[in-house]
Amino acid sequence: MQSTPLPKNTVLGRFFEPPGIGKMSPGGKVIVYGVLFSWSAFVLFPLYWVVVTSLKLPIDVNAGPVYLPWVDFTPNLHAWRELLVTGLGKTMKPYFNSIVIALLSTSLCALIGSMAAYALVRIEYKPKFGTILLFVLAMVAMAVAVGVAGVDWRLAAAVAGAIFVLLARTLGRRFKRSVANGDILFWMISQRILPPVVTIIPVYMMFQNLRMLDTHAALILSYTVVNLPIVIWLMYDFFAAVPIELEESAQLDGASRLTIFFEIVLPLARAGLAATTLLVLILAWNEYVLALFLSTSKAQTMPILVAAMNAGEKGVLWWTMCVVIIIMIIPVILMALVLQRFIAKGVLTGAVKG
Amino acid sequence: MPSVFSEWLDRQSRHLFIMPAVIMILVFSIFPLIASAILALSRVRLRAGGYKVTFVGFANFKKQIFGSEQFHFLGTFGSISLLAWAFTIAVGALLIWWLLRYLRGPVWWLGLIGRLIAAAVLFGIAFMFAATLLSGTQIGTLGVTLFYVFVGCTVQFAIGLGLAVVCAQPIRGRTFFRVVFFLPLMITPIGIGYAFRMLADTTKGPFAPLWQMVGLGDYAWVTSPWAARFFIIVADSWQWIPFIFVVLLAALENVPRDMVEAGHVDGASHSQIFREITWPQIAPVAATVILIRVIEAFKLVDLPNIMTAGGPGIATESMTLHAFFAWRAPDLGQSAAISYLLLFVTVVLCVSFFNLVILKHRSAQG
Repeated sequence: MQSTPLPKNTVLGRFFEPPGIGKMSPGGKVIVYGVLFSWSAFVLFPLYWVVVTSLKLPIDVNAGPVYLPWVDFTPNLHAWRELLVTGLGKTMKPYFNSIVIALLSTSLCALIGSMAAYALVRIEYKPKFGTILLFVLAMVAMAVAVGVAGVDWRLAAAVAGAIFVLLARTLGRRFKRSVANGDILFWMISQRILPPVVTIIPVYMMFQNLRMLDTHAALILSYTVVNLPIVIWLMYDFFAAVPIELEESAQLDGASRLTIFFEIVLPLARAGLAATTLLVLILAWNEYVLALFLSTSKAQTMPILVAAMNAGEKGVLWWTMCVVIIIMIIPVILMALVLQRFIAKGVLTGAVKG
Repeated sequence: MPSVFSEWLDRQSRHLFIMPAVIMILVFSIFPLIASAILALSRVRLRAGGYKVTFVGFANFKKQIFGSEQFHFLGTFGSISLLAWAFTIAVGALLIWWLLRYLRGPVWWLGLIGRLIAAAVLFGIAFMFAATLLSGTQIGTLGVTLFYVFVGCTVQFAIGLGLAVVCAQPIRGRTFFRVVFFLPLMITPIGIGYAFRMLADTTKGPFAPLWQMVGLGDYAWVTSPWAARFFIIVADSWQWIPFIFVVLLAALENVPRDMVEAGHVDGASHSQIFREITWPQIAPVAATVILIRVIEAFKLVDLPNIMTAGGPGIATESMTLHAFFAWRAPDLGQSAAISYLLLFVTVVLCVSFFNLVILKHRSAQG
């Protein structure tokens, strides 16, 4: 399909004619900047409204819209004072919880995930198909025994584990078909498709059984599992891009695989690692559904605190909620700035490749 | 002593590297997945200090699909209109044509089974929409979830791609626009839900004078099903367009400049260059980003919960929210059954997309 070029001699035609390659025509400029500024307005206005609302008295919010501080209402720091001075203890606890949970789960996730991703790039695994089937059957048997027959879970786990080991040892050699690295990678990544609501009820029961409900550990572990597929998915590509010659020469020098991983491969992939970490950190920091199920008071995180501002009969406490939303953005921006340095540097040192 | 230990460690390293991830996934996702299947097939009663689980077969699923909960999950089935029958038959014919076309080529049994399942699910979904939406009755949580996924992801992809193309132009203030466009991703979804509730308020929100001017001063978004659904999509898009934008912008910047410039020199128009040079280069990334977005959209729960609590009635209730309400009821068996239905639909649609779009694209490329 040939699109007809605009006539060049008319004013309109000249308006859309680029002055040179790599430059924009005046008409193009109008459209491009129009789009950029209107989208910026669409993005920034809700944020502006949140900031302005945090400075309003309840009466300013409820009487109808006022837009500009000092112009049509007097800004007041009462909401900020309520959260950061008088109620500091009540705010700091979930804040601290969120920081601990997000940082620890992200570190754990980045460590476990990049190790697994690296292993899938460099080491060949061949688990037997039959062994996997046996293992799944053992888990089904254990779940039925615990759930339906009411057997103690420790006993069921021990028996199921023993039977599996016994059968795997005796039958293991007969199994022919095995699974390749690509299948393992697909299996791990596909865990992300799993909606959290499918697994959350049994996970809730598991933590209840271990008396771990409403603890940091429960949230850290479940966030780690939920974000693991993302780390493996992204890091797999970054590790695959690391030249194998470097590792081979280190291996000749007698370095162990762990040394190679931590001292050669990981530093080379740090730009990717930083970007991945940032993404996972944001996801863990803002996570809501799992926290809703697994935490009630002691391990309550910030998103739950935001949701809790909907205080029943008094309606939503918009002003304090806006303060919470704002103070929740600050650590994310700080982390983004810290990690941004690695990302930029990594891109520069990415020239190592050649 | 340390050398013995490190030697042992080195010998075990192939397991050491992958086992933590495998064990985590087995314990916290595969085992719960199996346990959840058992729950979905049972009636669960709370009992002092534990649960009483009675096996009931497929009763929970039956209740959702054919029984008393049908209106909630699939929608209200009334008399089916002529248009709806026509639509269903058309979709059926299309799917049969698609299967027949596959059967003419080389057939692989697993591929055939996969296609049969995908066709059956698509036909079921088409019939559900025909019997509810096209017949003028209420859609259920499955329909609402699919609406969020397909309409939401389409809108987000279109706008995200547009913004990325615009931002890839030689513009001033590139860093500023990038940071601004990236901001929504950093904000907690709960906060976004509440912020958009404030914006939507027709009496106290910032646009109240505007609504009053057009005579919608007393109109409340949350009382009209389609307005409420539309509004949730707006909030969801506000948050997720940045993600698509960032990924596509990176892909656009990897398109070799000399190819684009050669196109300009040869006198190709902008749309031709985009279609012939740029799009083929970014298509694989675009397909992947759509897949990621679709996967996450199926799990949407926080925005409907915060903005409308699933209301009016069940009009904005996503399936995850449906399962959450069932869990809170507490009816753990129903909740597990709903989540399994969600899992089934998600897996069938995502795997079909992966096999039929992404893999086909890759094999066509190399």
